[in-house]
Amino acid sequence: MSAPVATEPKPAPPAVETLKVKVDGLEIAVPKTMPDPLTGKPVPTTMIQACTLARTDVPHYCYHPKLPVAGNCRMCLVEFGTPAMGPDRKPVLNPDGTPKIAKSPRPAIACATPISPGMEIYTTTPGVKAMREGVLEFLLINHPLDCPICDQAGECKLQEYSVDYGQATSRFVEPKVHKPKQVDLGPRIVLDDERCILCTRCIRFTKDIAGDDALGIVNRGSYNTLSAYPGKAFDNNYTLNTVDLCPVGALTSKDFRFQMRVWFLKETKSVCTSCATGCNIVIGAREEKVYRYEPRENDAVNSSWMCDSGRLNYKWIGAENRLTEIRRQNPGAGGEKITWTTAAKEIADRLLAAKPGTVAIVASARQTNEELFLLSQLAKKLNALTDSVPRIQIGDKLLLSADRNPNSNGAKLTGIAPAQLGSNLRKIAEGIGKGTIKTLLVFGEDVTRHGIGADLLAKLDTLVASEILPNQTTKLAHYVLPGCAHAEKRGTFTNGKGRVQKFMKAVEPRGDARPEGEFLHELVAAVNGNPGFTSIEGLFNWMAREIPAFNGLTWGGLGDTGVTIVLPS
Amino acid sequence: MAFSVPANLEAEITELISHYPQKRSASLMILHAVQEHFGWISQEAVEWIAARLELQPINVYELVTFYPMFRREPAGKHVVKVCRTLSCALGGSHELHGHVCQKLGLDAHAHGLQTTADGKFSVEFVECLASCGTAPVMMCNEDFHQAVTAAKADEILGKCA
Repeated sequence: MSAPVATEPKPAPPAVETLKVKVDGLEIAVPKTMPDPLTGKPVPTTMIQACTLARTDVPHYCYHPKLPVAGNCRMCLVEFGTPAMGPDRKPVLNPDGTPKIAKSPRPAIACATPISPGMEIYTTTPGVKAMREGVLEFLLINHPLDCPICDQAGECKLQEYSVDYGQATSRFVEPKVHKPKQVDLGPRIVLDDERCILCTRCIRFTKDIAGDDALGIVNRGSYNTLSAYPGKAFDNNYTLNTVDLCPVGALTSKDFRFQMRVWFLKETKSVCTSCATGCNIVIGAREEKVYRYEPRENDAVNSSWMCDSGRLNYKWIGAENRLTEIRRQNPGAGGEKITWTTAAKEIADRLLAAKPGTVAIVASARQTNEELFLLSQLAKKLNALTDSVPRIQIGDKLLLSADRNPNSNGAKLTGIAPAQLGSNLRKIAEGIGKGTIKTLLVFGEDVTRHGIGADLLAKLDTLVASEILPNQTTKLAHYVLPGCAHAEKRGTFTNGKGRVQKFMKAVEPRGDARPEGEFLHELVAAVNGNPGFTSIEGLFNWMAREIPAFNGLTWGGLGDTGVTIVLPS
Repeated sequence: MAFSVPANLEAEITELISHYPQKRSASLMILHAVQEHFGWISQEAVEWIAARLELQPINVYELVTFYPMFRREPAGKHVVKVCRTLSCALGGSHELHGHVCQKLGLDAHAHGLQTTADGKFSVEFVECLASCGTAPVMMCNEDFHQAVTAAKADEILGKCA
């Protein structure tokens, strides 16, 4: 990479004192304190954090690095020792001069025990193995063992640890405690209490992260049952994160339940497009069908969470009425299917024939930086008036942004949209009304709902509409270009805080639909005479050179979690 | 009918809350006071207490369900408690409990407090009633009965009007 790119505007972390511990004989220096997951205040580093830093896996259920520690599952029990102290309060040394380690007679839970200087943690001893086996056996005594019909199968910690520490047969001969099945916890969650291992991750998440103290454990002993208050639905905009957090199959998503075995899903790194936050996601797809979104950890954006509304906003990708044909239309008198080559040639000819200033472009702030950049290249050549459509609604304090466009900043930085999104729309409408604008390119919006009605569209010589789903504008267009969902192409968005994030292709486009960037590449080449780049990498790097705010960025340099740029004030 | 608390109970609850630096610490004491007054703790009562302590209802509900001595439904007129802890168990309390349940037409294997359909009797199988030397023991309301045989149990139940 060339120029250094601005990173997160975080103050430099204060130098933290380290101390040395040994994890299974490997000595590492570990910070004495680590930030608390909720408050960010430094709290003593725990053994499990030290093990993580030493790349040693300690099995656990209730512990989660982003949640307060509960210490109830006991799966992370480890053995440890500390330097022995003599009566003079000085370390006792071995004959070879190394400190003598006094091994603790009792194990400790790694998730809640702070480290101390010289501590030695043992995770592979026969004792630790026996403890893990014992804990797992207890966790399974009342478990229904219904993996064949359980949605969690394949990504279940009970299954995974059973492979490592489980028994082939159960020694439990007593009757199992039965608990509520198929509990309708809320509009998006179904709970199976018999599968629950009472780790309380969901309770802690909804109380401490989502701020909705809605869940609790009722009853006592082996009748312990995860529950919401009777008659009260578990319904906030973050409930589905509890399904991700649930280490077993107790909390299931109504949307994903019984839809697909998780091991069949192809996972693709992507970005949620439902608001300007740009939560990092993993798209789970099989045979060109999207089955679910899950949040992907990115501490600069969404931590490990995403909102329910964004997570479930994917059905339209597989909608039956997707536009799948390139069409030349005579509005009101039918139309015909044409090829991309024909469309590119005819539209380029019309644009070249148009007088400068008579073309306008309305491009969606749901489009990628690259597409908006290509459109801005066209606009520059054609001296076109351009804009995007603002989508301001009410946001929340956690992740949901008031700006429901994923790429308003991209639209502004590429010059497609003015500082105030939508402020040129009226000028475009007036221009069409007065007859000074004769050609309109619309990408990803239904302009009839944003002040450019059917009567105005009827006055145009040329209306090109690139869309994913049919709408009023595509009905009236002379050329209809089937576009791609973000899940069907690659590209980048610039989120509300200026983080440029890339997303990858999860499924194939429908029918003849094609990434907008590919078609625009041909159109720009024909109109500007600039050959441009056919690859997304080349296109992005070209854009990064041309647009000052993106200077220094490269496609490869974005990584999986993006880079934050300084937004011009 | 909306849940309402009489003035004297309200005053007692206010007093209880004032004993603690945090309101929520008064939860158990308030639950005791409410059960003492009403005989049981209704869902409306849980919600009322939660609002009073600035908690979510689930927080109070967790407590009510944790302690078997808090009743979530009205008990019968006569509450029979049979001890199930070790000495009484060895002394035949399971048979005694089974006998009482059978006599009253209740399920001896069900969990928690059970009440007859006519609302006259409730039976609970409880932990230690603190009279290990005279096992098995049972209580009928506030009366304590020691070395209870099936015949004696019939007699005790027979006396309940």
